[in-house]
Amino acid sequence: MTTTFTLNGKPMSAEVPDDTPLLWVIRETANLTGTKFGCGIGMCGACTVHVEGRATRSCITPVSLVDGAAITTIEGLSADNSHPLQKAWVACQVPQCGYCQSGQIMQAAAMLKDIPQPSDADIDGVMSGNLCRCMAYVRIRSAIKIAAVEMHGVAPEVAKHA
Amino acid sequence: MRRLARALATLLGIAVLGLAVFTIWAWRSAIAPVATPVATSFDPALVAKGEKLADAGYCLTCHTPPKGKPYAGGLPMVTAFGTIYSTNITPDAATGIGSWSLEAFARAMHEGVARDGSHLFPAFPYDHFTKVSDDDVKALYAFMMTRPAVAQAAPSNTVPFPLNVRLLQAGWKLLFFKEGRYQPVAEQSAEWNHGAYLAEGLSHCGACHTPRNALGAEKNGADARLAGAAIDGWFAPPLTAANPAPVPWSAAELHDYLRNGGTAYHGVAAGPMSNVVRQGYALLDDADVNAVAAYIASGNGSADRKADVGQIVGDALARSRYDASQAGDHGAALYMSACAACHYNPSSGPLPARPELGLKSSVSAPDPTNLVQVILHGVGVKDGLPGTMMPAFGAGLSDDDVAAIAVYLRKSRTTLPPWDDVAGVVAKVRSGKTT
Repeated sequence: MTTTFTLNGKPMSAEVPDDTPLLWVIRETANLTGTKFGCGIGMCGACTVHVEGRATRSCITPVSLVDGAAITTIEGLSADNSHPLQKAWVACQVPQCGYCQSGQIMQAAAMLKDIPQPSDADIDGVMSGNLCRCMAYVRIRSAIKIAAVEMHGVAPEVAKHA
Repeated sequence: MRRLARALATLLGIAVLGLAVFTIWAWRSAIAPVATPVATSFDPALVAKGEKLADAGYCLTCHTPPKGKPYAGGLPMVTAFGTIYSTNITPDAATGIGSWSLEAFARAMHEGVARDGSHLFPAFPYDHFTKVSDDDVKALYAFMMTRPAVAQAAPSNTVPFPLNVRLLQAGWKLLFFKEGRYQPVAEQSAEWNHGAYLAEGLSHCGACHTPRNALGAEKNGADARLAGAAIDGWFAPPLTAANPAPVPWSAAELHDYLRNGGTAYHGVAAGPMSNVVRQGYALLDDADVNAVAAYIASGNGSADRKADVGQIVGDALARSRYDASQAGDHGAALYMSACAACHYNPSSGPLPARPELGLKSSVSAPDPTNLVQVILHGVGVKDGLPGTMMPAFGAGLSDDDVAAIAVYLRKSRTTLPPWDDVAGVVAKVRSGKTT
């Protein structure tokens, strides 16, 4: 079956079986390898992309569910790595090995749309499905708060933690 | 001996006579084919009116298989009596309804009889469409006859003999079908009556939400009407006071759900309900949506329920928080990894695109079928709330893992007794053998 969608703004048509994971199409068909394969069962968050702007685990998303949707990967989050999260990631030197980072950033970017000024509990609640085996969680949280401030202004309790 | 023979002969005579009377009574003659009316012969205003009515009946949903041509039929409907394929209702003369006159179209809608005189199976909900006014049928005819004609014959049904004998459908009608247009209820408002007209007629809510008897007819007792029923491997929840959602289904909530495909207090439409919204109510005028919402709300007791919505929502949020007592709970651990990223809500309140599971009827329902369906198969971007989807965790999680998440949600998000045999339901839903 043919599934059509836009990938980082470009129309895309995939001639693959309906149950093919979206991640396969992103990495193998579109050759966008910033999105990583981690666990393959929706448990680690490394494969997180945006479907219609919302974070989704692409390894367990059959392409048939995203027919007609707008999909964004880490390569399309910003034209020049200028998304506030990307800048904060560099500023905080968040990554260690870096494997989980595209998923972390995509999940955090979607969270900041829903919850513009997240508390520690909000960050823990939403980011709990994005594992980092290098244990960079403290830096990930700091970077999210710095980005939230840049995107949505300063809230006193956010500034304190940032 | 001779007396016995005479008695047998008499009985046989009665049987033959009975069959003859039944046949004469059940027989419907063909209505002569007509030349397909040209699209330009219909008043565009009538066509536009018909389009809204077709949306109110989500004709497209049953008459179009996934990725099929609009209205060209072929969607398989698996019933306890065999698989029935929807028919082509585009104006193609050979394979669609191009040779049907308005009279033939109206007879199908009101009496469940095809142009050639054969009785239709009640998979086509003529038991509801019989309530549709003559004027609205005329508008629907104008809309259908102005669609692009598609030459495509429906696959053959697999209904076995003798159930496939169309004449016998007349017997089903004799038992269960009452022909007649909608009659307004004098003491109710015009809005309520309009809502009842749509809900009981074109929108055929009862076709999914009312349980059926052994012969596939909707039960008509006061307790049975819209009381919830199994449908296509899902459970259509009760539209009555028996609905298990914690927040009452007020007219406003019903309106928002039907219009948008989901609300912060009731979650997202999924499964067979998706198309009711996306191919139906999302496209209607607000007055129609409000009318149906008012009609359904009047029958579900929501106005009489003394519910403190703020308290219910606050409780649901509090129950959703992870605490140390859940350490070691396999279901809780899976939930935190697989589900929380999308289902977590900030303490300021639940967002529509982040369904708060403690408010969902799928978690408070008597059985976990709908919850398991959604976990296994996900929710597509064309389902439910626009712009929201859910992956299909069946690809990654074992039956035991899915069951553990369901058990954890039931335990943590509600105060209701645990479900029986959740793993069994997961296996059944995964196999697709739910009818």
